[in-house]
Amino acid sequence: MIYETVIGLEVHLQLNTKTKAFCGCSTDFGKPPNSNVCPVCLGFPGSLPVYNRQALNSAIKLALAFNCRIQEHTKFDRKNYFYPDLPKNYQISQYDLPLSRNGYLDIFTNGSPKRIGITRIHLEEDAGKLIHEDAVSLVDFNRTGIPLMEIVSEPDLSHPQEAFDYLTNLKNIIEYLDISDCDMEKGSLRCDANISLRPAGVKELGVKTELKNMNSFKGVKDALTFEVERQTKILEAKETMVQETRLWDVEQGITVTMRTKEGAKDYRYFPDPDLTVFVIGKELIEPVKATLPELPYDKMQRLMKTYALTEYDAKILVASKKDAEFAEVCMQEYPGKDKKEIANWLIGPLMAEANLRKEQLHTLKLDRKELINLIGFVQRQEISHLSAKTVLTQMLDTGKSAQALIKEGNLEQISNTDALAQVIETVINENAKSVGDFKAGKVNALMYLVGQVMKKSSGKANPKVVGDLIKQRLS
Amino acid sequence: MAIDKETIKHVAHLARIDLQPNELDKLSANLQDILGFIDKLSSLDVEKVSPTSHILPISNVLREDEPRTSLTPEKALENAPSKKGSFFSVPKVIE
Repeated sequence: MIYETVIGLEVHLQLNTKTKAFCGCSTDFGKPPNSNVCPVCLGFPGSLPVYNRQALNSAIKLALAFNCRIQEHTKFDRKNYFYPDLPKNYQISQYDLPLSRNGYLDIFTNGSPKRIGITRIHLEEDAGKLIHEDAVSLVDFNRTGIPLMEIVSEPDLSHPQEAFDYLTNLKNIIEYLDISDCDMEKGSLRCDANISLRPAGVKELGVKTELKNMNSFKGVKDALTFEVERQTKILEAKETMVQETRLWDVEQGITVTMRTKEGAKDYRYFPDPDLTVFVIGKELIEPVKATLPELPYDKMQRLMKTYALTEYDAKILVASKKDAEFAEVCMQEYPGKDKKEIANWLIGPLMAEANLRKEQLHTLKLDRKELINLIGFVQRQEISHLSAKTVLTQMLDTGKSAQALIKEGNLEQISNTDALAQVIETVINENAKSVGDFKAGKVNALMYLVGQVMKKSSGKANPKVVGDLIKQRLS
Repeated sequence: MAIDKETIKHVAHLARIDLQPNELDKLSANLQDILGFIDKLSSLDVEKVSPTSHILPISNVLREDEPRTSLTPEKALENAPSKKGSFFSVPKVIE
């Protein structure tokens, strides 16, 4: 039987506010244990929480970016449970009146756009960190009370790769909004997944598994891929699926049952009497709306339209907001009509140099005017594309101008037929086999011969002229 | 709502209270009375009253995102029943 995969994701996001959600303790990462704590986040009796204005603004920003309906009335609730990382014995969260609902996220997956529904985005607080030793567990409450957002998607994802693309898009947007570090290693972005299978065409959802403990986007994809296989086997063997929580074991590449006490989940949510209700009106939403940047999906479509870029190129550029901004200025300043000429340089050689130097496009020490000059030399066929790449590397290394480096390296392209004829003669004499192949109609042989001439001329020959000359000579 | 022993046990567990067998019966009856008393409220007509989640007529109380001095780890751990270095120490838990 053919099964359909149904996936929903829950993302927890730490906001990058300076202070915690309900108190003025710093959110700095990596501070000595229990140094960013106070009576409020330690849950001492008589202390009163007050919510962080910046956190609320970031939350509204996020809700708007995910096209959610922001609820006019919202409140905080207590989610009650006992665990040593939770000093108050309840987590401040939101239950029946979350900040926002009914949004969506447009993603590009498998080459086409898809709209993924967002069920809700709500506010809550983080718990502390536990370190397990042989006999005891040690608790550090520095993370306790850091503002979190929970983003719950609809079960609209139908493939592990789609889940991966959703997360990449989500992270990209959040980086544009500048409201979180989005660092999965530091735990500022965490993701749990729900997955079930159902026979293709059937409407009712199958029995689901909740997956936890994935610490990278790839981990999420791998865990889901494993689950699809596991659940398929169970269904094909006509066995019964058990609804359960499973943990991803990255070492072994499998999911394992997380044993929980039965009936343990009884959170007894109720409104937190320590916190007032919130009325989110225009006066709170409009100022935030005004600060919303152009989001990656919109930017991508605009770049494609304005500069005639392909979807592939535009997608690469918008992966980083600052790189996209840098690229756009380059394209605006580029005098040529076909902006693809400079876009190819940005996405190709320059991106490669940036990766090599562990930098980004916009952080490279490169004068945009010099890059444009360099491309000009290539366009006028004064240097070869190959030489230009070398010059680009040297420009980044030395900060010298394109013109100076071309002169220094004696790299002016040789388009002069007389000067090339001699080199071509030598190459033809040395490569009788390729010459024969070419005469027998093999086009690749010509490429090879041109390559040899390029090599002998230290990359300075004009490959187009060389090709024409060889064809003439051998015809 | 009938309060049976199982319910009392469940609530006691959620509150981490250890109850003796003889206390179960007594508390079942007590809780039954309390809930019965509260149940009188359902005789009121609240059709036209909107739900209240906070008793004071105030809303949108916020603070600015400005750091304030935290406790020192020594101070924070002063009342801890058990500690190790500057960590709180608890019986080992792994869920």
